[in-house]
Amino acid sequence: MIKLENISFDHCIKCTVCTIYCPVARVTHLYPGPKQSGPDTERLRIKNPELLDISLKYCSNCKRCEIACPSDVKIADIIQTAKWRYSKKEFRIRDFLLSRTDLMGTFGTLFAPVVNFFTHLGIVKYFLDLVFKIPKGRTFPNYASMTFKKWFKETRKYQNKYLEKVVYFHGCYVNYNYPQLGKDVVKVLNALGKGVIITKEKCCGVPLIANGYIKKAQEHGRHNIKVLSKALPDEKTKIVSASSSCSLALKHEYANLLELDNSPIAHNIAYITQYVLEEFENGNIPKLKPLTYTVAYHSPCHLERMGNVAFTIELLRKIPGLTVKILHSECCGISGTYGFKNEYYAISQAVGNELFKIIEEANPDFVVTDCETCKWQIEMNTKYRVVHPISLLAEAIE
Amino acid sequence: MKTLETEVIIIGGGATGCGVLRDCTLRGMKAVLIEKNDIASGTTGRNHGLLHSGARYAVKDLESATECIKENRILKKIAWHCIEPTGGLFVTLPEDDPTYHNRLLESCKFAGIDAKEISVKKALAIEPNLNPAILSAIWVPDGTIDPFRLASANILDSVEQGALVFTHTEVQRIMLKQNQVVGVQCFDNVSREYFEVYAPVIVNASGVWGQHICATAGIDLKMFPSKGSMVIIDYRINNVVVNRCRVPSDGDIIVPGDTVSLIGTTSRKVSYDSIDELVVDDDEIDILLADGEKLIPNVSKTRVLRAYCGVRPLVAVSGELDGREISRGIVLIDHKERDNVQGLITIAGGKLMTYRLMAQMATDLVAKKIGNTKSCVTHKIPLPGSEKRVGYTKKIKYFSGIPNSVVGSTHYRHGERVHNILSLQKRNYGLICECEMVTLGEVEYAIKNLKVKDLVDLRRRTRIGMGPCQGELCAYRAAGLFTEFGEFTPDTSTKLLKDFLEERFKGMKPVLWGDGLREFEFTYWIYQGLFGLGLVEEEEK
Repeated sequence: MIKLENISFDHCIKCTVCTIYCPVARVTHLYPGPKQSGPDTERLRIKNPELLDISLKYCSNCKRCEIACPSDVKIADIIQTAKWRYSKKEFRIRDFLLSRTDLMGTFGTLFAPVVNFFTHLGIVKYFLDLVFKIPKGRTFPNYASMTFKKWFKETRKYQNKYLEKVVYFHGCYVNYNYPQLGKDVVKVLNALGKGVIITKEKCCGVPLIANGYIKKAQEHGRHNIKVLSKALPDEKTKIVSASSSCSLALKHEYANLLELDNSPIAHNIAYITQYVLEEFENGNIPKLKPLTYTVAYHSPCHLERMGNVAFTIELLRKIPGLTVKILHSECCGISGTYGFKNEYYAISQAVGNELFKIIEEANPDFVVTDCETCKWQIEMNTKYRVVHPISLLAEAIE
Repeated sequence: MKTLETEVIIIGGGATGCGVLRDCTLRGMKAVLIEKNDIASGTTGRNHGLLHSGARYAVKDLESATECIKENRILKKIAWHCIEPTGGLFVTLPEDDPTYHNRLLESCKFAGIDAKEISVKKALAIEPNLNPAILSAIWVPDGTIDPFRLASANILDSVEQGALVFTHTEVQRIMLKQNQVVGVQCFDNVSREYFEVYAPVIVNASGVWGQHICATAGIDLKMFPSKGSMVIIDYRINNVVVNRCRVPSDGDIIVPGDTVSLIGTTSRKVSYDSIDELVVDDDEIDILLADGEKLIPNVSKTRVLRAYCGVRPLVAVSGELDGREISRGIVLIDHKERDNVQGLITIAGGKLMTYRLMAQMATDLVAKKIGNTKSCVTHKIPLPGSEKRVGYTKKIKYFSGIPNSVVGSTHYRHGERVHNILSLQKRNYGLICECEMVTLGEVEYAIKNLKVKDLVDLRRRTRIGMGPCQGELCAYRAAGLFTEFGEFTPDTSTKLLKDFLEERFKGMKPVLWGDGLREFEFTYWIYQGLFGLGLVEEEEK
């Protein structure tokens, strides 16, 4: 018997709207949907953990069910928790490696050209598919040869000159794969007159949670809460992140899922577009040159869960000359490491199909989205390039 | 008019009646059971489903305590699929008399109940949701028992061996020839037909309603009904039975029953005329919730699903009027000796726990009367479903391909009979009730084999409509299946649906607030707004 503290399942009135909005349940009968996997069977699991249905592993943790729920049931959290609380954990090298973004990143950046060359080779992909059950159709993100952290060392002394500071949680993707986004963030923040602080952060824990390494995720969480709160010069200073999933983890998952006390940082965390937009609203607007692009904006699931989509859209509208086509809200299907696994790959692709179709119909110059894994999925499945809203803003700043 | 002849007639389909039917059948007698409503629809199905260790009676009533622990051990063997041997705790709260703890331990020792004192820390480890302020704890071999399953399994065994069972059939009167009973006149409430059953021996096992049955034979037998109310909460907040360590009184026990927990019980004298229309009083709910919260604080944060009440039958053996001499134990009356009516036996009093013993006592007397010399075997032969004891893990493996939650729940409810229910055909394990994991196959099995005549009967056999949604999503699906698997027209199925929702509403009405109210509004919207069933208007009339 477990101690019952998180009992939001008790509020479920079986309206089933979550299952209607579940992108996975829409494309496969293997998954009975969030209502069934979450609040319904939670009552049974409390009675006897052996009543756990393995079908709940198909949940991609996109959290669209939680957005849809009128009763504030933490459906995705219930399902994620059930995955590790009630099921026996089997060790899988693939899941271990996919969830260790720090480890893989350190290795990947050391041998970036070699690693990038090999991960795009057909024969290597075939081997990964056969041995590690990583789908051969999946394109891997490239590793950068110089990490963001290393680049930042050079700029640190300039950052100290600014009176006002912002703590930036860059995340693994920026550090190991795409430092340019980090540089863009620094450029935008500097343009707003803010110096940037970075900390000795660890992976936020999202891939660890998704692969069931909850203890490790808690360890990372505790570490991040400690270093971030230490880095705050005062209570008002913000901690920003340009990754929707990292922000969600810091703000929500730490408290709701990992049961950590994130109160020292919870009020300081802001998703970057919200922070920048608020500065704009307060009159702190740098000079922007017009960008005459037509872009299609895709809203990532986790950003929607945080309620931050409106800020990104509003910020894009502040860029002169830019035409923004807002795409109908659809999940891209990749859901972090979910789309990197053979058993879910077909589902992941099927979920994304609707989005790929409406992107083609919109026919923009390129796609804009806040999430790195959405970017991989869209770039792999459409002919369009995907740009982060902050990179676009950085381009507009002279 | 239809007539039939048999050796024994049993009136009442509660646990005792069902037990008598099985005992008679196993001893080779021809027996017929007549129940005016459904199996386990009276007192049997309206208690908290506690498998007593006897500890609750140990201090005050040693005889009952000894009976309980003896039957507890037997039932664990013959009816394991109706039982969960969860174990139980007696906990002392700071406001309780601390000396009761030792009195209880000593009395249990005397009654032969293995009660042992455990540390508060250990008690909290066993039951983490317990009030951490408790002062002391005693572990006892309590458990939970499902009365619907228990009664139904007795019926199933008897019917498979040739006994006849008429549910929804009222006994109009006991027919006498001089001083000898010859049979009963019955009225079938479904087909609206009269018929007669003849037999030289009649067992009146109709509990509190026995006063009325005896009256039809001109016998005056006074019952002193006492009402007990309980509330059911949405999920299992405790995994072992939690008793309060004090002289038994209102609101001092929380029993985990399948997927829910029940807080029991109150005790109030009621008049005999009101026993068919009892309602739970508001102050009873307040008492139960307030006291429940003292044992397990989570009670206050949890949705209350329903409130219901049952009526305890206390018998005035020799016609006392003031109730002082009323016996609280098992009462077996041979009306030949008491009232000079040959062939009529009344078995009453006792508890759900001692149903088998009561049945044995009554059947011994029946056997003596008709010259049957076989001895009782009900303590040895397992009930259908309990033949073999197999754990979840093995069954889940056996039925791999079907969701664990479905296999586990079906196995929990039907024991070994799960093999008569589940098959790997997709339609078979499609869910009808999403809260309690009742499949189409289970509904089919129940309608065809378990004397199901309406949706309320189906609920007692399967748990359909007993989860948090209280019939919201399962009721209309199940109603449709009555047409497919039973002899029902779409019109009668619709009527069954309406009756069922009204029955569900009755138990929800006293506790309509918070999430329960929201859920109810949604149910109302589906059935009234979408289906136009006229549920609530009818209820208000």
